[in-house]
Amino acid sequence: MTQLIQNAQPSLGIDIGSTTAKVVLVENGSVIYERYERHFSFVRKKTLEMVGQMRDLLQGKRFTVAVSGSAGLGMAKAAGLPFVQEVFATGEVVRRLEPDTSAVIELGGEDAKILFLKGGADERMNGSCAGGTGAFIDQMATLLDVTADELDALSLNYTKLYPIASRCGVFAKSDIQPLLNQGARKEDVAASIYQAVVNQTIAGLAQGRRISGKVMFLGGPLYYCKGLRRRFTETLGLSEEDALFPEYGRVCVALGAAIYAAQDGTAYTYEALARALENAAGQDTVSGRLAPLFATDEEYERFTARHGAATVDFTDPACYTGDAYLGIDCGSTTTKLVLMSDDCRILYTYYNSNKGNPTETVREQLAAIYDLCADRIRIRGSAVTGYGEELIRAAFGVDSGLVETMAHYLAARYFNPDVDFILDIGGQDIKCFKIKNNSIDSILLNEACSSGCGSFIETFAKSMGYEIAEFAKLGLKAAAPVDLGSRCTVFMNSSVKQAQKDGADVSDISAGLSVSVVKNAIYKVIRASGPDDLGEHIVVQGGTFYNDAVLRAFETEIGREVIRPAIAGVMGAYGAALYAKNTHTGRSTLITRQALADFSHKSASSVCKGCTNHCHLTVNTFAGGKKYVSGNQCERALGISAAQSLPNLYEFKRQYLAALPTGQGDGPTVGLPLALGMYELAPLWHGIFTALGMRVILTGSSSKKLYAKGQYSIPSDTVCYPAKLMHGHIVELLERKPDAIFYPRLTYNVDERAGSNHYNCPVVAYYSEVLADNMEELEQTRFLYPYLNINSQKELSKELLRELKDLVPGLSLSRVRQAVKAGFAALHDYMNAVYAQGLQAIAWAREHGKRIMVLCGRPYHIDPEISHGIDKLAGALGFVVVSEDSIFPLTDPIKVDVLDQWTYHSRLYRAAKYAGEHSDTELVQLVSFGCGIDAITTDEVRAILEGQDKLYTQIKIDEITNLGAVKIRLRSLIGALEERRTAQ
Amino acid sequence: MKSEYPIFTKEMRKTHTILLPNMLPMHEKLMARIFSAFGYKTELLTNSGHGVIEQGQKYVHNDTCYPALLVIGQFLDALGSGKYDPDKVAVLITQTGGGCRASNYIHLLRKALRRAGYPQIPVLSFNISGLEKGSGFRITLPILHRLLYAVLCGDLLMLLRNQVKPYELESGTADALCDKWVDRLTDQMGGSRIRYRKMKETYREIIGDFAGIRREGPRKIRVGIVGEIFVKYSPLGNNDLERFLMDEGAEVVVPGLADFCMYCVYNNIVDARLYGVRKLSAMGARWIMRILLKKQRDVIDAIRSQGEFDPPTPFDHTLTLGADYVGCGTKMGEGWLLTSEMIELAEQGVKNIVCTQPFGCLPNHIVGKGVMKPIKAANPDVNIVAIDYDPGATRINQENRIKLMLANAKR
Repeated sequence: MTQLIQNAQPSLGIDIGSTTAKVVLVENGSVIYERYERHFSFVRKKTLEMVGQMRDLLQGKRFTVAVSGSAGLGMAKAAGLPFVQEVFATGEVVRRLEPDTSAVIELGGEDAKILFLKGGADERMNGSCAGGTGAFIDQMATLLDVTADELDALSLNYTKLYPIASRCGVFAKSDIQPLLNQGARKEDVAASIYQAVVNQTIAGLAQGRRISGKVMFLGGPLYYCKGLRRRFTETLGLSEEDALFPEYGRVCVALGAAIYAAQDGTAYTYEALARALENAAGQDTVSGRLAPLFATDEEYERFTARHGAATVDFTDPACYTGDAYLGIDCGSTTTKLVLMSDDCRILYTYYNSNKGNPTETVREQLAAIYDLCADRIRIRGSAVTGYGEELIRAAFGVDSGLVETMAHYLAARYFNPDVDFILDIGGQDIKCFKIKNNSIDSILLNEACSSGCGSFIETFAKSMGYEIAEFAKLGLKAAAPVDLGSRCTVFMNSSVKQAQKDGADVSDISAGLSVSVVKNAIYKVIRASGPDDLGEHIVVQGGTFYNDAVLRAFETEIGREVIRPAIAGVMGAYGAALYAKNTHTGRSTLITRQALADFSHKSASSVCKGCTNHCHLTVNTFAGGKKYVSGNQCERALGISAAQSLPNLYEFKRQYLAALPTGQGDGPTVGLPLALGMYELAPLWHGIFTALGMRVILTGSSSKKLYAKGQYSIPSDTVCYPAKLMHGHIVELLERKPDAIFYPRLTYNVDERAGSNHYNCPVVAYYSEVLADNMEELEQTRFLYPYLNINSQKELSKELLRELKDLVPGLSLSRVRQAVKAGFAALHDYMNAVYAQGLQAIAWAREHGKRIMVLCGRPYHIDPEISHGIDKLAGALGFVVVSEDSIFPLTDPIKVDVLDQWTYHSRLYRAAKYAGEHSDTELVQLVSFGCGIDAITTDEVRAILEGQDKLYTQIKIDEITNLGAVKIRLRSLIGALEERRTAQ
Repeated sequence: MKSEYPIFTKEMRKTHTILLPNMLPMHEKLMARIFSAFGYKTELLTNSGHGVIEQGQKYVHNDTCYPALLVIGQFLDALGSGKYDPDKVAVLITQTGGGCRASNYIHLLRKALRRAGYPQIPVLSFNISGLEKGSGFRITLPILHRLLYAVLCGDLLMLLRNQVKPYELESGTADALCDKWVDRLTDQMGGSRIRYRKMKETYREIIGDFAGIRREGPRKIRVGIVGEIFVKYSPLGNNDLERFLMDEGAEVVVPGLADFCMYCVYNNIVDARLYGVRKLSAMGARWIMRILLKKQRDVIDAIRSQGEFDPPTPFDHTLTLGADYVGCGTKMGEGWLLTSEMIELAEQGVKNIVCTQPFGCLPNHIVGKGVMKPIKAANPDVNIVAIDYDPGATRINQENRIKLMLANAKR
C-alpha cells in the first residue's frame, strides 16, 4: 500500500454508518488496526467500546482523530470531535491509493453513493430513497428466510434473472413475494435481488452519466457479497482489471477519516478521547416525542381485559366428531389455516411465516390436520384465498378460491353482524373496506409505496436483535415514543436512524414505529380525517394487530374503541372456511391423505413465446404430472387463443396507431417517439409530415428492453414511468438514423372547451427539454422541439414553416397550411374512430350482458409497458374495456371542485360522470406513480362516483410487472358488485 | 363535483381577519401592513412545528406537493388553536396560475376547510391572473403599487442581511437592523401616499445602515438557494435551510421575490410571441415590465453606488441566462426562471447551489434536475445539489448531502 499519511503521528478514523461502526488506526503511514462491527443502534456505546479495545495501542501517545458517517454526525458534534462527510472521506482515500480510478460505487447500510473522479468530478448520494442498499438486502434475506451469507451463496447458482422493480425496496418486495409464492427458485430470486440493487444504483444515482473505466467498489455489502459483485461487473460490462474490490473496501470511510484527521491536526490522548465520547454518550437530544401509549398500568390492564373478551369458541379436535371445513389464507409472507367445525367453532389454527415456500408449509399443515382428523372428522369443503391462491389450489385440489377481501369480510361479518369498517394490516398489505347495506362499499388497498408495514416492524425488530413479540412489549411501556412521521416505510428507515442518532431508547422506537404504521394506514391509505370517516363498528385484524402497541396506537389515533378478534391473524382463513361451508357440494376435491404422502412439487422457469411480451413463466409441476403456470399476463401461455376476447378500446387504439403508414414520399425522414403526448397526437403530426412528402418513423410500444436502452440518461428518478420510457424511444429512433426527431413543446393541449383551460401537464409539455439537455446523441440528428400552438392552424403553420424550412427544401406557407389541414383531418378521423368504437363496444356489451369498464388514464396509458396488460386482465375477468377518450363526449363538461385546466384530466371527470350515470359501467383509474396532478384528480373522480353511489377503484402503476395486486383489486370489485346485486 | 363555497363580501372587510400563510416573513409583514391601510384586517401566521405538518397530512391528499400540505396545515393548525373565531376569519392564499398543479392550492384549501369543519371560512385568492373573480377582496392598483415596493424592500433587506450577518462582529446586529427597518417601512407603506423619490432615498438609507454594521473576516463560501418558491424561501418548508447554511459557515445568496413577479408578467409576453394569443394582454405586460425593470434598476443602482455589497442581477439579464438549457416558453411552476437563477448565481461567482424542491415536483423534473447535467458540463466549477423536501424526508439526510457539497467547496 502506498504511504497513506506523511507524518508518523498515529491517526484514528471512526466511521459510524447506519448499521455498522468502523475504526481504522494509521501509524507511520500504514494501517495497523481496523475493526468492522454492527452497532445495533447503540451508537455511542459501541464507539466507546471499540475505542476501549484500542486502549493498549493508543495509551501514552498523542494522535489525531476524526469521525465520519451518517450516524457519526450527531456524536461528533456532541463530543466536539472533528467531523468529515463520508463521501468526501472516501474520495480522499481513492485519490491517494488508486488515482486512476474513474468512478467509485459505495453501498452502505442505508446509503448508496457514486463518485465520479474523472471528467468533471461529481459525487452523488441517495436522496430520500434508501432502496437498493445493505438494509434492503438484509430485508430481502429475511423475506427468503436465509442469512445474508446464504443469500449470497444462493445467488451464485442462478440460472435466470427475474425483473424486479428497482426504484424502491418496497416495490421490489412486492415483486419478490409473488415470485416466491409462485414457486420460483430461491437461487434465481437471490440473484434477481442483487440485480435490482445494481439497477437501482445505476438508475437512481448515475442519473444520466455512464459508469465506465476503472470502477472501485466499496462498503460492507460489496465487500461481503460475491454475487452482488458479479452482478455489478457484468451489468457494467467491466473487465477484471477494471473492477476494483480493495481489501480496505469496508473500512474505506474510516480510513479517509484518519487521513482527514492527520491534516486537521488537533492531537488527542486516549484519556481525552474517551472522556469526550463519554460526555457525548451522556447527552440526550431527542426532538419530536409523543405521549406514551399507556399513561398508567391500570389503563393497560383495562385495555387487555377489554380485548381479551373478543374471542371465538374453540373446540378440542380430539373430542369432536363430524364434518369440518378448511380455510387456507396463503398470504404474501405468512400462511394461515383454519379448520372449522360444522357449527363454526375453531378446531385448529395455524399462523406462521411461509419461509418463502408456501406449498411446503401447506403440505406440512395438511398432513398435521389429517392426523388430527383421524377417522372422526371429515373435511367436507375447502377454500383458499390470498396471493398464493391459485398455486395452492392447483397443488392440493382445494375446492374453491375467493378473493381475500371477500374472505375477510365474511369472517368479520360472522364476528360482528353490524360491522361497517374492516381494517386489515398484514405482513405487506393494508386492506380496508367499508360496509354499507351488507355489502362491501369501497375497498382501499395500500399503494405499492407504503406497503410492507407489518413486516417492516418485524424486520426492524430483528435488525435490532429482538423478536417481534418482545419488541412490541417494549413499546407498550415506552415513556416517550419517538415521532417517526408517516410516509413510506423506506423513509421511516431514515427517521429511525435519526432517532437512534439522537440516542432514543429501543422501547421508544418500537412504540414510535407502531404509531407510524397506524398513521400510515389512517392517513395514507384510508385518508380519513376522523373516526366518523371510518365507521361505528370497526373490526381490525391481520397479523399486525396481534401487536398490542399497534392496536393501542390505532385506538388512540382515531379516538374510538375497536374490536380485535382473538383470531385477528387468521381471519382470512376463517372467512375462507366459512365460504367453504357456504359453497360446499358435499364431496371435497381436496387432496387425499394418501395422495398427500406422495406429494411432490418442482418448479422451473421459462419464457413465454406467445407474443412479444415474453412473460417470464414459472412452471410448477406436482406429483402425477399436474402443472400450474404463473407469471403470464395473458392466457396464451396456457395454450388458449385470444380469439374469444371481448371488445377492448386499448387494443383498438394500439392497433390504429401501429397501422399508421411510413409515408410514400422521398423527402426527409422524421422520427416520432411514441410516448407521452405523442400517443394522442401521432395522427396529427404523422398526417402533417406525410402530406409534406416526408417519411415518418413512429416507434412502437415500449418494453423493458427499450426502457433499459434509455435508462442511463434519465436525470430525475422520481419522474413518472411514461416519461422515463421516452428516453428509450429516442435511442431506438436514433438507431434508425432519421433526418430529424420531433417532439414539440406544447404548453397547451387541444382545447376541448371543457375546463377553465387546456394545459398539458408540465412533464408532457416540456419533456423535450430534458431530452435535449441529457441525451448528447441527439446531436447526431436534428432534434425539433418548437413551442407550438395546436389550437390555431394559422399559428401552427407559421411556426412549422420556420422549423422545417431547412429540412424540407422549397417549403411554402401555403403547402404547410394544406399539410396542417390534412393533419387535423387525420387527428379528427382518429378521435372519431375511437369514439365510434367506444359506442360499438358499449352496445356490444349491453347486447351480451357484459360489464363495461372505463379504464381511465391518459392516452399514453395504452402502452402495454405502462399499463402492464391491465386492460387484457380486465377483459379476461369479463369486462368490456373502454377508454376515457372514447366515452367522454357522451356527457357534457362537468363542474368540479378543483381547478379543471388540463385537457387530459378534464376527460376523467366526464368519464366519471358517465360511469356514475350507468349501472353497468364501472370506472377504474390508472395512476402513474409520481403523477403529481393525479393527486388532485383522484379525489375528485372518487367524489363524482361516490356521489352516484358507485365504487371507485384506483390502480397505481409504475415499473412493477406483477399483476397479482391488480387482480385482487379487480376481483374484489367484481365480488363487491355481485354482493350488491344479491343484496338488492 | 362542484360545491358552493363562501364568498368574501365587502362587509367582511370590517368583521373578518384575513390570515396570511408564512413564506417570507419580512416581505409579508410589509404586505400585511399595506392591506390594513386599505381597510382589511390581516394577521400573519407564525405557527410552525409538528402540528402544521400533521394537520396538512390529515386534510390534504398526501401525494400533493409539500407546500400545499404546509400552507393548508398551517391554516388548520392556527384555526384549531382556538385563537380565532371561525366566523370572523378568512384565509388568503397566493395563486400564480398556469399549468403547474400549484394553481390548485386554493381548491384544496377549500376542500380541507370543509372537511375540517370550517365550511364558512372564505378563501381569498391573491393572484394577478384574473382567477377567482367576484370577491370582495380586490387587489386595486394603489395596493399593487405598494406591494411592489414591499417586494423590493423585502428583497433588499434579505440581500443585505445575508451579506452582512455572516461577518458581523456583534452577533444579532443585522437581524435587529432588519426588524427595525421592517417597522419603519411598515409605517411608510401604510401612509397615504408613496413617493417615488422618498423610496429611492430609503434604499440608500437602508444600505447605509447595513454598511455601518461592523464586520470582519475573509469572504466565506457562498451558497445559493434556488428552487420551488415555497421551499426556497420558507424556513418551515426547507427545515430552516438558511440558518443551517450560515451555521456551517457559509454566506447565503437567495435570488429575490421580484424576479418571480417579473417572471409571471414576462410569461404573458412570451405566450403572445410563441402562440400568437392574447396579444392585448401582452401589450399590457410589456408596459408593466418596463416599470418593474426600472424599479428594480433603482435598487441595483443604489447598491452599486454605495459599493460594498453585491447587487442582484437585473431581470432583463437574468431572463437571457437560461436560454442554452430551457426555452423561455417553459413556464409552468418556476419554469425557466429556476434554470436562469442557477446560471445567474454561477455568474455572480456563487459556485455552490442548493436546488430545493418538494418531492415529486413536476416542473422541477424539467427545469431543476433536468438541466443539472448540461449546466455542470458547461460550468465544471459549479456544484449543484438537489434536495427534496416532504413530510417524510429527514433532516439528517438533507443536511448530510449539503455537507458533502460544502466539504467539496472547501477543498
